[in-house]
Order: sequence, then C-alpha cells, then structure tokens
Amino acid sequence: MSRIFRITVSHSILICGVLLMIVPLWLVFASSTHSNSFIYNEGMQWKIGGEFFDNYDRVLNRKGGFTKEITASGIFYNSFIMAFGIASLSVFVSMMAAYSLVYFKTRFSTLFFWLIFVTLLVPLELRILPSYQIVSDLNLLNSYAGLILPLSASAIATFFFRQYYRSIPEELLEAAKLDGANSWKFFIDFLVPLSKTMIAAMFIFMFVYGYNQYLWPLIMTTSEKYWTVVMGLKMIYGGNSVDRYTYVILSLIPPVIIIVFLQRLFIQGLFQSK
Amino acid sequence: MSYLELDNVTKIYPNGTKAVNETSLSISEGELMVFVGPSGCGKSTLLRMIAGLEDITGGEIKLDNRVINKVDPSERDVAMVFQNYALYPHMNVYKNLAYGLKNKGESKEEIEKKVNEVAELLEIKEFLLRKPGQLSGGQRQRVAMGRAIVRNPKAFLFDEPLSNLDAKLRGQVRIEIKKLQKQMGVTSVFVTHDQVEAMTLGDRLAVINEGVIEQVGSPIEVYEKPATYFVAEFIGTPQMNFINGKIHANKFISDEFECSINKDVKDQEVIFGIRPENLKVSANGSIKIKVDLIEKLGADSIIYGYDKSNNYLCYRENGNTKIKVNEEISLEIEDENYHLFDQETKKRLN
Ligand SMILES: Nc1ncnc2c1ncn2[C@@H]1O[C@H](COP(=O)(O)OP(=O)(O)OP(=O)(O)O)[C@@H](O)[C@H]1O
Ligand SMILES: [Mg+2]
Repeated sequence: MSRIFRITVSHSILICGVLLMIVPLWLVFASSTHSNSFIYNEGMQWKIGGEFFDNYDRVLNRKGGFTKEITASGIFYNSFIMAFGIASLSVFVSMMAAYSLVYFKTRFSTLFFWLIFVTLLVPLELRILPSYQIVSDLNLLNSYAGLILPLSASAIATFFFRQYYRSIPEELLEAAKLDGANSWKFFIDFLVPLSKTMIAAMFIFMFVYGYNQYLWPLIMTTSEKYWTVVMGLKMIYGGNSVDRYTYVILSLIPPVIIIVFLQRLFIQGLFQSK
Repeated sequence: MSYLELDNVTKIYPNGTKAVNETSLSISEGELMVFVGPSGCGKSTLLRMIAGLEDITGGEIKLDNRVINKVDPSERDVAMVFQNYALYPHMNVYKNLAYGLKNKGESKEEIEKKVNEVAELLEIKEFLLRKPGQLSGGQRQRVAMGRAIVRNPKAFLFDEPLSNLDAKLRGQVRIEIKKLQKQMGVTSVFVTHDQVEAMTLGDRLAVINEGVIEQVGSPIEVYEKPATYFVAEFIGTPQMNFINGKIHANKFISDEFECSINKDVKDQEVIFGIRPENLKVSANGSIKIKVDLIEKLGADSIIYGYDKSNNYLCYRENGNTKIKVNEEISLEIEDENYHLFDQETKKRLN
C-alpha cells in the first residue's frame, strides 16, 4: 500500500518535471508548423499545422542579415564549429593542466592551481576589451580560431579533472612506472581511459557553454559569415514571425546530437569504472 | 655474490621524518630476503627506494653491478606487488599482464605466448578477459603476481602482498610464492610485519626497527640467536620472557632466581631472556609462578603467570596440560637455552 503510494508520488513528481521541460518545447514546435499570418492572428498553437516543410525549408536556406551572406544552416554550422572547438580544446587543455598540477609536484603547484581557479572571477565578459585587442593583433578577427581560442581554457574543467585525478590511487601511477610507462604513456593509457566519464561530462558542459556564446562573437565578428546561433536569433529572426519558432527548434539540434551521442559514452563509463 | 646491494642508505622525508637510517645490506642472486619489523619501521620506504618510487637521501643502491640511485623506476627492471595490488582497473587481466611487455617493445606473438604461460602457471587463464573489478581478492592477488612474473624482471619486490587475504589463503599463497620464487630464481625482497610469514618465506630475514636493521640472518639464526633485545622481543610467539637482573662472578642474579652462566660476561646489569618452550616444569625449579591464564591450542598449551617480583612469564607445554589456573608451578631452564642482553645497549652478550 505504502509502496504504491510512494511510487505514485515519486512518479508524479518526475512527470511534472518532464512536462515542465517538454510543454514549452512542444508549444514552440507546434507553432513553428503554421503559416505566418495564422500565428500572427491566433498566437501560439498547440496543434501541428500544415506548413512544416515550407517553414523549415525557408528558414534553413534563405539568406539573412543585412548583406545576405548567411543562412540559418550556415549559422548553425558556425556555432557547431565554435562550440565543438571550445569543448574539445578546453577538455584537452584542462586535462593537461590538471595532469601537471597533480602529478608533477612542483613547489608552487597549489599556488598555480589557485591562480587558475581565480580566473573564474574574471569571465570573458569582463576582459572583453583586452581579449579583443589580442585577437585583433593576432589577425584572428572574423575567423573560427578567433571565436574559439579565447574561450578554450576552462578553470572549472581544470578543477574537476584535478579533483578526479587526485582520487586515483597513487599506486596506479607507481605500478605503471614500474611497468615502464613514462609520463606521456601514463596520461594516454591511464588517465584518458579512466576519465572517459569526466571527459564526456565536461565536453557536454563546454559545448553548451560555447554554443550559448553571444557577446564575444557579437564583438569580434564584423563579417556576417561568422554569425552564430544566439546572434542570429537576435539579428535575423528576432521579429514577430513564425520563423523564429522554426529557428529555435532548429537551433536545438546540434547540442541535442552531442548530448545524445556522448550520453551513451557517459553511461557506459559509469558502469565500467566501478 | 651480491646482486642487490644497499650501502649506507638513508631516507629523510621532506617533513623531516628519518625513515631509514644508514642501512647496509647485501642480497645475493636468487635469494629471497624478507624485511620484517613493526608498523612504521621503514620497511616499505626501503623497498620503495629499491623500486625507485622514493628518492634516496643518502647512500647507494646497486642492482646487478649498477648504481641505480638516479635510474628512473621505469628503467630499473624491477617488478613490485603492492598490498592493494594496484591492478589497472580499466584493462582486462590479459592487458594488465601484457602492459609491461608492450612497453618493452615486445612483439604481439611474444606477449601472447608469455602471458598465456604465466596465466597457465598461476591458473588465471579463465579470467584473462575479465576486468579486475570482476575478480575475487585471491584472484586479484594472482593477477598482481602474474604481472610481476610475466616480465621476468631482475628483482621482485613484495610489499605485504598477502595482508588482504584470509588466513587460509594466505598460508597457501605463501607456499606458492616460495615455490615460484625458487623455480624462477629471481632475487626478491618481501616486506611483511607478520613474523610467521617472515620465518616461513625468507632465505634470510632483515629485522628492522626504527629505520635500522637490527639483525640479518637465516630464520633459525634470528630465532635462536637474536642479536638484540628488540629482535628477541619481536620474533617468536608467544613472546620471549624477560627478567631484569645483573651478572656477578659469572652468575645471573635476579630477585627471583640465580643461574650460572656458561660464558664469560663481565659484571653488569642485564636482561635475561628465555623462550616459553625452553622452560620446563620441575619439582625443584628455581622460577616459581602462580598460573594466571591457560591457552589450550590443541597441539600445545600456553601457560601464563606472575612470579614473585611480578614479572609476567609464559611457559609452553606440549599437548593438553594438566596445570590449573591459580596453581603454583616451578620451572627450570632447559639446556641452557637463554639469552643475555646488555641493559644499556640492548645488544646480545652470550
Ligand atoms: N610520504 C611520507 N612523508 C613523510 N613521512 C613518511 C612518508 N611515508 C612514510 N613516512 C614515515 O616514515 C616512516 C616509515 O614508514 P614506512 O611506510 O616505511 O613504514 P612500514 O615499515 O612500511 O610500516 P607498515 O608496516 O605500517 O607499512 C613512518 O614513520 C612514516 O610515518
Ligand atoms: Mg608498509
């Protein structure tokens, strides 16, 4: 009796949570399949309409912006490259940083760690002018490298990797050393496979972080060819038309792909390591 | 012929702890040396310096005629079995065994042959594809052994590899290690704080106390002629009995009893030691104790009691004893089997 009660309660809570996530999404999706004028007159819709292909085809392929150089698919591509670059680079850099902090016991490694950690207090938005200056001096304005590099060192990810490495027993390193592994081999053969889960989690986290960037791409791209998702939403699809719903739905696809793909690895890792 | 040689080796940890103090020791090829001593005496530290996992503060370690002080652990060609085994959790047993060989650059076929040989030898063939997490403690222990054996290194180093096994398994594995080691003839150092392990395994023992080797010798030597009071106290269960007294005119004199000494020892304060099995009940024995406790172990009985000057003494008798608690018994020393130690230096005198 009480067990049934408990299950009912917990399931209702879970269902509420799911609805909270799904309902707005559905509302946007359903609205995105109606004609412009219908939405304009009637507001958002719960039911699917008949304009799905027309709307999605139009948004994906119509040239937008002021110079008509970019389509929504181009924008998604830009953001995907940017987010993917930031995620891969920051995972790589953080792993290396954490590795050196934990395993090469230099005298100041704790100090270095805190210095890295303190950069959390200085997000890109605060140092946007010097960052712009540097990127511009390096001739990286209007390039993928310029979009990616300033965001590719993550104190948070370094922190998580450091904590994880510290939990790996010292004997593992010692046994590997006696088995003839040098520092590089230990990293590749041990730390990378052991932190698969952490890598997947950090990758997702950093991908979403990169995908959501607005101010930095806004400031450093003058060419519309390099516009990114959030900019596009503001610049092209910010108007009161059905296209913005379509755009929002489409913009969800890249991160969803990443999450779906990596979640398998993530869960796999969870079951393997313990 | 010395194969592994420690020469005045000292270890001082960065925090100032002096874990090993000017220790010298020479181990010959194929020998199994056991480091035994109480917790914190520096056994592991000494072993880890041989492995290269700790820097050497002073002195020199030579392996196979080569000073290895500054040689990286990965190039020393020694294998270590850790107390918690330190198996690679993300690799299956096969890869655990193969990893060292792979790093040596051996060919796939060769690795496969060697791993299979060792797996056969240790009876872990059926687990080759399992991860360490899917093995029992005993099986893990075997894999850890296998990982050391498969590389056929210059030396095996064991740091209490049996302490996580249950008593019965420990006994079995002990015998197996001894056999394997003899069969392979690889020079080995085995660290333990369990004296039964030490006595049964070692060709020789090094008894360590507070970073200093107190005695090196065969198990029987160490048992029969402990070089210091510490060794006498540490080796043997139940413990040796000790009575304080002095030597006068080649006689040991204590409040309790007197006994003539067969060797010239100058007059001084001494500790007189006698093992429980070297006492025997005798009607006119000079040591009288009031029995306090009796432990019947089946094969023998251990009788504890106080003498007049309140020394707690222990006496071992074969079989099921007839002695009762609170009985007064007189004991005498059998065959002059006693040990004399200087009260100041704690060194053996006879
Ligand atoms: N990394 C370290 N830093 C500072 N002191 C240490 C370190 N490792 C060990 N010690 C100290 O050195 C001494 C010897 O330690 P060691 O680990 O060699 O003892 P052990 O004989 O192996 O003991 P056990 O039987 O408990 O394993 C101890 O006093 C210990 O506290
Ligand atoms: Mg130890």
